[in-house]
Amino acid sequence: MKSKSPVPLQLIGDLSLSLGSKIYFRELLALPIGKSLGLCLSGCRSLTQLAELPEMHQMLRQTCRDYADRELTPIAAKLDKEHSFPAKQIQELGAMGVLAMEVPDGLGGAGMDYLAYSLAVEEISRGCASTGVVVSVNNSLYIGPILKFGTEEQKKQWITPFTTGEKVGCFALSEPGNGSDAGAASTIARQEGDEWVLNGTKAWITNSWDASATVVFATTDKSLKHKGISAFLIPMPYPGLSLGKKEDKLGIRASSTANIILEDCRIPLGNMLGPRGAGFKIAMQTLDSGRIGIAAQALGIAQAALDCAADYAHKRTAFGAPIGKMQAIQFKLADMALAIESARLLTWKAAILRDAKKPFTKEAAMAKLAASEAATYCSHQSIQILGGMGYVTDMPAERHYRDARITEIYEGTSEIQRLVIANQILKEYQP
Amino acid sequence: MSGRVLVGVKRVIDYAVKIRVKPDHSGVVTDGVKHSMNPFCEIAVEEAVKLKEKKLIKEVVAVSCGPQQVQETIRTALAMGADRGIHVEVSGKDYDNMGPLQVSKIMAALAKKEEAQLVILGKQAIDDDCNQTGQMTAALLDWPQGTFASEVTLEGDKVKVVREIDGGLETIKINTPAVVTADLRLNTPRYATLPNIMKAKKKKIANVKPADLGVDMASRVEVLRVDEPPQRQAGMKVETVEDLVGKLKEAGRI
Repeated sequence: MKSKSPVPLQLIGDLSLSLGSKIYFRELLALPIGKSLGLCLSGCRSLTQLAELPEMHQMLRQTCRDYADRELTPIAAKLDKEHSFPAKQIQELGAMGVLAMEVPDGLGGAGMDYLAYSLAVEEISRGCASTGVVVSVNNSLYIGPILKFGTEEQKKQWITPFTTGEKVGCFALSEPGNGSDAGAASTIARQEGDEWVLNGTKAWITNSWDASATVVFATTDKSLKHKGISAFLIPMPYPGLSLGKKEDKLGIRASSTANIILEDCRIPLGNMLGPRGAGFKIAMQTLDSGRIGIAAQALGIAQAALDCAADYAHKRTAFGAPIGKMQAIQFKLADMALAIESARLLTWKAAILRDAKKPFTKEAAMAKLAASEAATYCSHQSIQILGGMGYVTDMPAERHYRDARITEIYEGTSEIQRLVIANQILKEYQP
Repeated sequence: MSGRVLVGVKRVIDYAVKIRVKPDHSGVVTDGVKHSMNPFCEIAVEEAVKLKEKKLIKEVVAVSCGPQQVQETIRTALAMGADRGIHVEVSGKDYDNMGPLQVSKIMAALAKKEEAQLVILGKQAIDDDCNQTGQMTAALLDWPQGTFASEVTLEGDKVKVVREIDGGLETIKINTPAVVTADLRLNTPRYATLPNIMKAKKKKIANVKPADLGVDMASRVEVLRVDEPPQRQAGMKVETVEDLVGKLKEAGRI
C-alpha cells in the first residue's frame, strides 16, 4: 500500500461511500460489523460489506451449495475413480448459468460479477473439485479472453454456444518445454495467404478431451520474443489438431488433461484473437482473473476437508471422549479454519477489486497463493485428524488431499505467484 | 378465470439440521439454525411455475406468513419463477403460536382478494407435520380440494388430480377455483437459475398484516411442553421362537 496515515474510525462510514478509498483491515476488525455499514451501491462495493454478502450473492451461494450437496457430493468419488467427465452435471450447471457467469445476458450468460463467480466455484468445488475446475476453465480461461479481446462476431460465434453447458472450451498456453516460462512459446503460426498455419505442441491442457474449442497461443514473430506471441481460436475437433493421451493424474481425475498437437493446422485469418503480438498480454491478463477462479476452487477443497475433519472430530471417540475435545485436534481445526477464512477474504477482495475495475493483480496472486496453500494444508491435516480412516477411499479426505495438490501448480505455480506479488510490492515502493 | 395461482411457502428449519429442544422445553432451538423453504412448498412452487410455462395460467403469487426472515423464502420462490410475493407480517407471540388454523384463514382471505383460480400448498410442513392447512383453506372458502396430489392437469374450468392414498392412486376431477396440496412425487423442483436469481431482486413483495385481512391470530392451542423422542433402546437377540414368546410375555407385551 502507498504510505498513508491510518483512517480514523469515525470516517470509515463515510469512506465506504467513495470510490478509491483504502480501508485497512485493522480498522475493519475494530468496526461493529453490522447491516448499518453494509451500504450497497450498485457497482461500487467496499470492504465493509465483506462481513455480510449482498442478498443476491447469498441466494446464489445457497443455490450452488444445494446443487453441490445433492448432485455432486454423492457422485464425486465415483467420478474420480472412473476418471469420467461429469457431462450431465455440466449441462445442468450450464442451464443454471454457472458456465458463463460474467457473460452478459445478450450473449447467453448470467450477467453476474466476479464475486458471484468466486462464490459459485467455491461451492461447486466443495462438492467435486474436478467439476469446479471445468467450470473455472470455461469461465475464466476460455470465455474470459474472448469476452475481453474478441470482436462482436467472435463473441457470438465462440462464446454463445459455450454458455449452455453443451460445449466447454479450453486454454492452451503451456508447452512441454515451457510452463512458467510462457514467453518462450515454441508453437509457431505463419501466415500463408488467407490462412494461419500452426505447428507445435501444447501440454497439460485441462478439458482438452471434452472441449469443442480452444484459445491457443503461438509465436507469430520470433524476433519480437514475448511481444511476438499471438492468440488464436480453433474449433475442436479440427483437421491438423490432435490430442495426446489423457494424463493419468493424482487428482481432479474427472477433468481431462492432455497435450494438444498442431500439425499444419490451417485456420482463417479471422480466427486471431486480439491484435497481432498481443498474445502474451492476453495470456497474462487472462491468468490474473483465472487465479481468482482457482483460488475459489482451492477454497472449496479446503472447506470440504475441514467439514470432513470437524464432523469426524465430533463422532470419533478415543480415551473416553470425542476427539474434538482434545487440544491437539482443536488446534488443528482452528488453524485450518483460519487458513480458509483468510484466503477466502483475499479471494473476495480480489474479485471485488476486479468488479470495480481496479488493479487486482497483486490481490489475485495473493488469493491464489493463500488458497492453494490452505487447500494442501487443510487436506493434509484432515487426513491426520481422521487417522487411518483418512488414508482409505471410504472417506473423502484422501481425495481432497489428491485434488488439492494441483492448485499450487496450475495457473501459475506458488513460486510464480510470489514473484508476481513481489513485483507489485517493489513497484509500490519505487522511490 | 383470473389465471392467478396462489402458492403458500413456509420457512422451516432445514431438513438436514439436527433439531435440539430448548432447555426450558418450551420449543425447539431456532436461533442461528439454518432455515429453508419447506420441501413440499418447493414442489408446490414448481408445479405453479410449470403451469405458467405451459401457458395454462398467467400469474404465480408466492405467499408466506411470519417475521422479516420469511422474505428470504419468498425470494427463493421468486427466483424459481413466481411473479410476485405477499409477505403477511406475523411476529412475536403470534408467530410462535401460529398454526394451520390461522394460516388457512389468511390464505382464504388472500385467495378471495386476489381472485385466485387455484391455491397450491405443500401437503404438510416438515416441522409440525400437521397436514391441515390445505384442507382447512378449502373448507373456509367452500372450494373443492385435491390433496396429496401426484399429478395435476388443468382441463378447462376443471382440475384432474391424481391423489396418492393408502390403497394406491385415486383420480378425481374438481371444479375451479380449488385448493391442491402437493405430495412428494408431483414433480422435482428446479434449481434457481442465476438470471432468475437476479430477476428475483426486482420482483415486488407486498406487505400485509393479518388485521388488514380481517384475520384473528388468536390460537386455540397451547403448547405445554416439548420433549425429545425417547432414546432408542438396544434390541436383544433370541435363539428360538419359545424364547421370543417368553421375553415378550416378560415385557408384558402379550
